[in-house]
Amino acid sequence: MGNLGVLERLLMDVLWDTGQSLPANELRDRLLTPAAAAASRKRLATTTVLTVLSRLENKGFVSRDRGSRPHLYRAVTTRAEHTAELMLEVLGSAPDRQAALARFIGNVSPQEADSLRLLLSPASAASDGARETGHE
Amino acid sequence: MTALARPGTSDAKPGAVPTTALVLGALALALAWPLPILLSRARWPARSPGLALVLWQSIALAGGLSMIGALLAYGLLGFGTSPLAGIRSLSDHPGSGAVPVGMTFGQVLALAAGLLLAGHLLLNLAATFLRARVQLRRHHHLVALLSEPLADRPGTRVIDHEAPVAYCLPGATTSATVLSRGLISLLDADQLRAVVAHERAHLLQRHHVVLLAFRSWRSALPWFPIATRAETAVGLLVEMLADDQARREVDDRTLATAIALVGSAHGPVTGAREPGGPATRPETGTRETDAASLAGPDHPFDLLTPRLRRLVVPTPRLRRHQGFGVLAASAGLLALPTLLLLG
Repeated sequence: MGNLGVLERLLMDVLWDTGQSLPANELRDRLLTPAAAAASRKRLATTTVLTVLSRLENKGFVSRDRGSRPHLYRAVTTRAEHTAELMLEVLGSAPDRQAALARFIGNVSPQEADSLRLLLSPASAASDGARETGHE
Repeated sequence: MTALARPGTSDAKPGAVPTTALVLGALALALAWPLPILLSRARWPARSPGLALVLWQSIALAGGLSMIGALLAYGLLGFGTSPLAGIRSLSDHPGSGAVPVGMTFGQVLALAAGLLLAGHLLLNLAATFLRARVQLRRHHHLVALLSEPLADRPGTRVIDHEAPVAYCLPGATTSATVLSRGLISLLDADQLRAVVAHERAHLLQRHHVVLLAFRSWRSALPWFPIATRAETAVGLLVEMLADDQARREVDDRTLATAIALVGSAHGPVTGAREPGGPATRPETGTRETDAASLAGPDHPFDLLTPRLRRLVVPTPRLRRHQGFGVLAASAGLLALPTLLLLG
């Protein structure tokens, strides 16, 4: 399981970096990096790559083009979009988008952030205060 | 409340004094309005957050029980000495297709309302947990692909994002503490240790279960402002409990600095997009630069100031007998509606 997890991550890195559709055997060739070799111990078989690809497809990260022979695989979205999805779930204020994760700090109101910043650095209080009074 | 010990009266025909229903109704009202307000305004929960958390759970559970129980008790008046006995005496009835003899229209309505409310709350609880499980699984998958394990810290993963974030990801088989690059570059080693200890405490004490239960309560009763208040209060108590675990690893000052650093770095990322910010609340003490700014009244959803205050200003735990008092009150609140329902 652990090895497959590492391979999943390496495979996604390849797909994210190329951004195009690739067949499994070419993906295997591109995976021939030291890290992947360590994870699979021996030469990486195409069947292993296919297993990992179908796992990723089930999880919704990879889509398969069945119209061509051999099948072509590509990443569903970019790495940045997935990261954004993750961060939205962690930081987002819409309760339905959160998985009720216990965070170190939840959402901070602007007022709270201001007072915390002042609390941390009394030296910068003057400039912040000037910004505040400018509004009044 | 000597009326509790008079089982004979409710055996009478409808029109007799509905003692059980009245007591349960009064309890439901007390638990729905004045008691949660008092508790959410009280200062002592910051001294013993664990005890306060027990009391909140007891209030929520007893509130639901007595709300449903009052409706059932009224609906079943005259069919047994207690709601449970009433249900037993009618248990073979539903097949006959007619309203039981002697049951008024109001009682039928109350019975239906009680059953609907119970079903609604339970189904919502189940739906909330199922939805969270799906979300968590997806989140686990994403984290596995997007983060790297942190060297020499098992179960800790680092995600490449500039916002300073730390959170815990509960899981059936593998739980993880997730830190962002932004957090690691913002904090020094001791502060980081505090954050990790804090998140570990969330995982070990299974705080997400409590949080989910209260979230389900709020989403089931969106028109009920107390449920939102309870969810906020519970969220804060859970943070304080995790803070207390972190204080065993680092000193209070380090933890307070970590909270303040991460909190102040968060402002622009999440919430500071309102241009009219300073004008809307001129009374908040943003110009004070020391612990004095922690002495003012809290914002309704302020989760940071109370946490910092108890780290900066010494707050002794509740005394032993006070703690027992809170526990006894929690147990009593739960026992009262349970005993009334079971008769």
